[in-house]
Amino acid sequence: MELLAEVLIKNGLLFAFLIVGAVMWASYYASHHLTSGRFHGSAVAIIAGLVLAYVGGVFTGGSKGMADIPLFAGLGVMGGAMLRDFAIVSTAYGVDLSEIRRSGLVGVLSLILGIFLSFIVGAIIALMFGYTDAVSMTTLGAGAATYIVGPVTGTALGASSEVVALSVAAGLVKSVLVMIGTPFIAPLIGLNNPKAAMAYGGLMGTTSGVAGGLAATDKRLVPYGAMTATFYTGLGCLLGPSVIYFMIRALMGG
Amino acid sequence: MIIYGVAVLAGCLLAGMVVGDALGVLLGVEANVGGVGFAMLLLIVLTDRMRKAGRFPQHSAEGVLFWSAMYIPIVVAMASTQNVVSAVGGGPVALLAGVAATGVCWSLVPVLSRIGGAEEPLPPVSEEEEV
Repeated sequence: MELLAEVLIKNGLLFAFLIVGAVMWASYYASHHLTSGRFHGSAVAIIAGLVLAYVGGVFTGGSKGMADIPLFAGLGVMGGAMLRDFAIVSTAYGVDLSEIRRSGLVGVLSLILGIFLSFIVGAIIALMFGYTDAVSMTTLGAGAATYIVGPVTGTALGASSEVVALSVAAGLVKSVLVMIGTPFIAPLIGLNNPKAAMAYGGLMGTTSGVAGGLAATDKRLVPYGAMTATFYTGLGCLLGPSVIYFMIRALMGG
Repeated sequence: MIIYGVAVLAGCLLAGMVVGDALGVLLGVEANVGGVGFAMLLLIVLTDRMRKAGRFPQHSAEGVLFWSAMYIPIVVAMASTQNVVSAVGGGPVALLAGVAATGVCWSLVPVLSRIGGAEEPLPPVSEEEEV
């Protein structure tokens, strides 16, 4: 038993391939036989992944889901930023550049709207719960953008660690919701063509959310959504502690 | 050779990351700005040119297509390493802020995608083709 565990830990990435393969198989099986294909296999698999992450998080008290259990640390390599970005870029192979150029304006607009709206909505919610200072409101708004913009903005503005933690949680809620919700909301908002996917990436911004959500909806949309989403966090980190903070401070008077 | 495709893909991502990080430094933010996006544009342009020049045969393309096919499994692995516990246990402020921001932005997708004329939906594909 110990020998087996040692081999699996030492070869973590290979064990991760095996686990994910099993999860994919079970998910596609469930998709075909339990929902007769109505609910896409990849969507089932992503939800299964999130459930595993929850179990892992409760079990270890860590922040990396299953990857905090040494036996499953390989999942952290397989699903880490390096291989994720590698796979995202590979989906762009064969994409028609003119399609992206045609939707460029929509992509830029969606980024600006997506960032400002997330900050505004987050700040209003913060205000409703009694956070009346501009720093806390901006930080929570930043969290509503993505869970990276939250702490970056909070640290830059000197927000309390409690507010920074809340902003990270808000960003995680958004990311998980986008992963799970995209296949359900897609038919209602016309998310079935490249242009809509570019708007989607810019409006949502969470790379992991968009990557997971579009994978569960239609893999062909991934490169378009990822193309705009990749600019979101950087722009959010740029606008949050500057323009948006000054706007909120002007409104709240300090 | 398959490795040529993998190498081109890796080169594009690395170049994109460098550009994204440099842009971040230039703008004074601690984040990569658009690295993956630049990498995708580079891959599209580069492989298109190489293909037209006859220097990107099917074997090379397979090195890229393999990773494209691994995309969903990698995303599943990514999902299994998310901090779902914090997302669920963040309390009402975090929950409401996350849900409201997502909901408002969802509602704007149809508005934005109609700018410059609505587009036709992609043709349906069977699951076998897709996977």
